[in-house]
Amino acid sequence: MSAREDIMNRIKSALRDAPATPVVPREYRRSSDMTAEQRLEQLVDRLVDYKANVFLTPAGDAPAKLAELLTGSTSIVVPHGLPESWLAALPSAGKDDGGTPAVHVDSPERRLTTAELDAVDAVVTAAAVAVSETGTIMLDGGGDQGRRIISLVPDRHICILNVDQIVEVLPEAIARLEASRPQTWISGPSATSDIELERVEGVHGPRTLDVIILT
Amino acid sequence: MSSNTFLGMPSLPVFGHGNLNATEAFPKAAHRELGNEQLRANLGHATHTIRDKRLKVVAELPDWEDMRNAGAAIKDATMANLPALLEQFEANFTARGGVIHWARDAQEANEIVTALIRETGETEVVKVKSMATQEIGLNEYLEEQGIAAYETDLAELIVQLDHDKPSHILVPAIHKNRSQVREIFLREMPVVDPNLTDEPAKLAEAARKHLRKKFLSAKVAVSGANFGLADTGTLTVVESEGNGRMCLTLPETLITVMGIEKLLPTWEDLEVFMQLLPRSSTGERMNPYTSLWTGVTPGDGPQNVHLVMLDNGRTAALADEMGRTALNCIRCSACMNVCPVYERTGGHAYGSTYPGPIGAILSPLLTGIKSEENNSLPYASSLCGACYDACPVKINIPEILVHLRGEDVDSKRAKVKVPTQMDLMMKGAEWAFAKGSHLSLLEKGLPLGTLAAGRDKVIKKLPGIAGGWTQSRDIPAPPTQSFRQWWAKEHKPGAAVVPGSTNSPEGEQA
Ligand code: SF4
Repeated sequence: MSAREDIMNRIKSALRDAPATPVVPREYRRSSDMTAEQRLEQLVDRLVDYKANVFLTPAGDAPAKLAELLTGSTSIVVPHGLPESWLAALPSAGKDDGGTPAVHVDSPERRLTTAELDAVDAVVTAAAVAVSETGTIMLDGGGDQGRRIISLVPDRHICILNVDQIVEVLPEAIARLEASRPQTWISGPSATSDIELERVEGVHGPRTLDVIILT
Repeated sequence: MSSNTFLGMPSLPVFGHGNLNATEAFPKAAHRELGNEQLRANLGHATHTIRDKRLKVVAELPDWEDMRNAGAAIKDATMANLPALLEQFEANFTARGGVIHWARDAQEANEIVTALIRETGETEVVKVKSMATQEIGLNEYLEEQGIAAYETDLAELIVQLDHDKPSHILVPAIHKNRSQVREIFLREMPVVDPNLTDEPAKLAEAARKHLRKKFLSAKVAVSGANFGLADTGTLTVVESEGNGRMCLTLPETLITVMGIEKLLPTWEDLEVFMQLLPRSSTGERMNPYTSLWTGVTPGDGPQNVHLVMLDNGRTAALADEMGRTALNCIRCSACMNVCPVYERTGGHAYGSTYPGPIGAILSPLLTGIKSEENNSLPYASSLCGACYDACPVKINIPEILVHLRGEDVDSKRAKVKVPTQMDLMMKGAEWAFAKGSHLSLLEKGLPLGTLAAGRDKVIKKLPGIAGGWTQSRDIPAPPTQSFRQWWAKEHKPGAAVVPGSTNSPEGEQA
């Protein structure tokens, strides 16, 4: 008998008392009555608590803000679907041309190698949805977010979020997300508390998380 | 769905093996660990800190109890429908390019993982912290096979470099101080800055440097999983440092080992568990990183994705109608952080991969109560109930402890006809607690106990089996009157009742 059959038989034998299946009580909060301003305020509060840097920026000023944050960076990576307009104020304007900062575009046609990613200073992505109550930003591999690796290897992650992407509670985000997509949920930058419970930000993931929220 | 009638099946439970057995009885191990002052100080600090954080973030949520109720029901529903859910999960995970393997026990799981690694031609793997692989002793097995497995979680790395064992499921190296960590790094890391200080930030930086090249070049990773979602075939890993993301996305081959009990029926059930787990575990609103993957995503992450479904005694635990809810555990460690016994003995005393209150029930359920030294584990508790209150999925640990003590007594009675001292004690306790009047009768003997304690009001040594307990601690002498006696005196008919209290302590059902 295969291990699978064996185990299935064991389970069925273990359940010979036919335990009842309870109806799951879902009285917990599954939607929010917070206003958009309240959600925004809560998200900012939680992100700052996690030691992320948060910038509230009118949508039109996104390119300028990004250029300002990237001053001093020599190279960055962006996913192929990132709105080009966001990069408009960068000297190299979204072209893979070695300007300052050099903008590398990671696309299905040209995937950056791990070594190349390790050599860039920062990554700029969008997000799929954000949960204000827990301060969580969710990436689902969409074209403006890219492969999981690009938001992982560079030491700095700049994430641009639209205010209408913010929900309050986790169930609202779960309803918006597609399970089959590869996901990374981010709540603050990488951190550890393994030595005497002292929190240290930045271990293996990006040590700096900047969040630009477009209002 | 659960009314499967199935005939001709094995009726005897098949128990698990691996790092589940204590090598010595709990009282003996606990006695030794009690002498470890540093362990106790570190643990006390850790458990209290996490406990306070947990209470704070739990209090933030108005619907915490609703969430616990949902969590418990979802898990009960999972267990009741396990065969169908496993099939559903398998179909979904496989449809998206994942490969599923089944392992009856630790040995079989180790062999499967080894064969999968061999197929890649690699002799090195990176590992995400995982209880399942610790339970089956995977690292040791791989080493025997000539495969090096590198733990990448900072705490696990410290423990591995020091050839030690984890002492807590969440903060496995909590028994080590920063200066010890520094010494371990200086001694064991091939390339390390000799001027390394013992600042946690500097130590974390050293670990980052040590592991970075490994991550960027690793071809194979091994992980566990926190949840498997049946209706989508999705796996989940919850972590903080990003080492998990590194292992889950950079290598070409990913091998995950997951207990068959880790399923949740639906994608939306994740909304309950991803709220319950981080708050119960680290006392955070959300852990820094959660990764989710469903089979293979072309062009993104490992293209060779395997999952080993592990039994190793889980079906035996499932067969115990009273004890099966122990399988609902999501390994948050909240129960150990509130346990007075764990706080003093630490994780090593429990022997098994699973320490603390959950370990005291889960290990004997997985291995069988007759197994080696695990039959002393159900006694490693004061039955204070703090673990039950803390548990996000409402596992009634005290009830299962008492049930397993009964099993233990029964299994011994079968061998020895004469009732043991423990039998008599349990019988006595059963009688005492059965009726308020019985307890009152016993309390009449209290002044006698005071006498036995002597002038310093401390009982140094109890006779018989209870003596094991007094070997490592003194028991304060019982008071000269019991609470019931005091209450009866203070609350003569007509006396004021404590405001807000509706049930009198004398109100037990006879
Ligand atoms: S038994 Fe409950 S409290 Fe303890 S680790 Fe498991 S889920 Fe957490």
